[in-house]
Amino acid sequence: MAILLFRVDERLIHGQVVVGWGNELHPDSIIVVDDELAASEWEQDLYRLGLGDGMKAVFLSAGGALEQLDSMLGDTSRSILLTRDITTMLRLANTGLLRDREVNIGGLHYAPGRDAVLPYVYLDDAQRSALTSLVAEGVHVNARDLPGGRKVSAKRLLRDGDE
Amino acid sequence: MSNSGVRGIVVAHGAMATGLVDAVRSIADIEDDVLIPVSNRGLSPQALADSVREATGGATAIVFTDLPSGSCGFAARMLIRNTSGVAVVCGVNLAMLLDFVTNRDMDIDPLLERLVSRARASIQSVPVPAPRHGDPAVQG
Repeated sequence: MAILLFRVDERLIHGQVVVGWGNELHPDSIIVVDDELAASEWEQDLYRLGLGDGMKAVFLSAGGALEQLDSMLGDTSRSILLTRDITTMLRLANTGLLRDREVNIGGLHYAPGRDAVLPYVYLDDAQRSALTSLVAEGVHVNARDLPGGRKVSAKRLLRDGDE
Repeated sequence: MSNSGVRGIVVAHGAMATGLVDAVRSIADIEDDVLIPVSNRGLSPQALADSVREATGGATAIVFTDLPSGSCGFAARMLIRNTSGVAVVCGVNLAMLLDFVTNRDMDIDPLLERLVSRARASIQSVPVPAPRHGDPAVQG
């Protein structure tokens, strides 16, 4: 087992990931796939402040992640892979390498133009469209903020958005 | 208490900021804009940063965060990168805030130093007392 959790969370490395999921999965590293962050060492240093003991962070652009995804999936180390948005996760899924894998929607919070679906999931039309495409790639998508939380299916996320 | 001086913004997870500010208000007589709570609950990083910026009101301010990292610490540090007259202190506790509301007329740099020092000094451990001769637990 290499990448233990694929998670969409716009807060990236923060308490729920490091403490909540970290205590459950005991990852060696957190892989952050984000074009903006991959280009900003200052912001990377800020995020590294939030890592747990013995944990390391790797920051990759989407392009860099696409090149390395196959080898990362076969790696023996234990990792959590994070993206800030569904669109970036969809780019990874478009390779076909995430088919039949689970992707966790962990945190897409309030911003203007987004509708509340769950207390920690707010979606706009672009994200709904990306979510639909992610499911079409054969990815098992569900929302859950913490390991002990209730899993909410993509079907439910999309249905509630239509109501 | 006067509303002149440095403004404080407490940014924390869940209800922690509201709880801390409520505790300060229950102890010290302060006006509403002296210490303002902001929760990260339900807010995107940008929305949180906007809320903190709005709370400063353009005044000289200290943003107090619960953790040095995470969404609250990150929003505070992003804010001071683009805003003058705002400082950040991480690891907020009640002793720190009580000292802040009492001394916020100080210049901001010595105030920051003082607040960190007072907050650290308030963290103490009290060891488990040694069993006393004659205690039922010891006899049992």
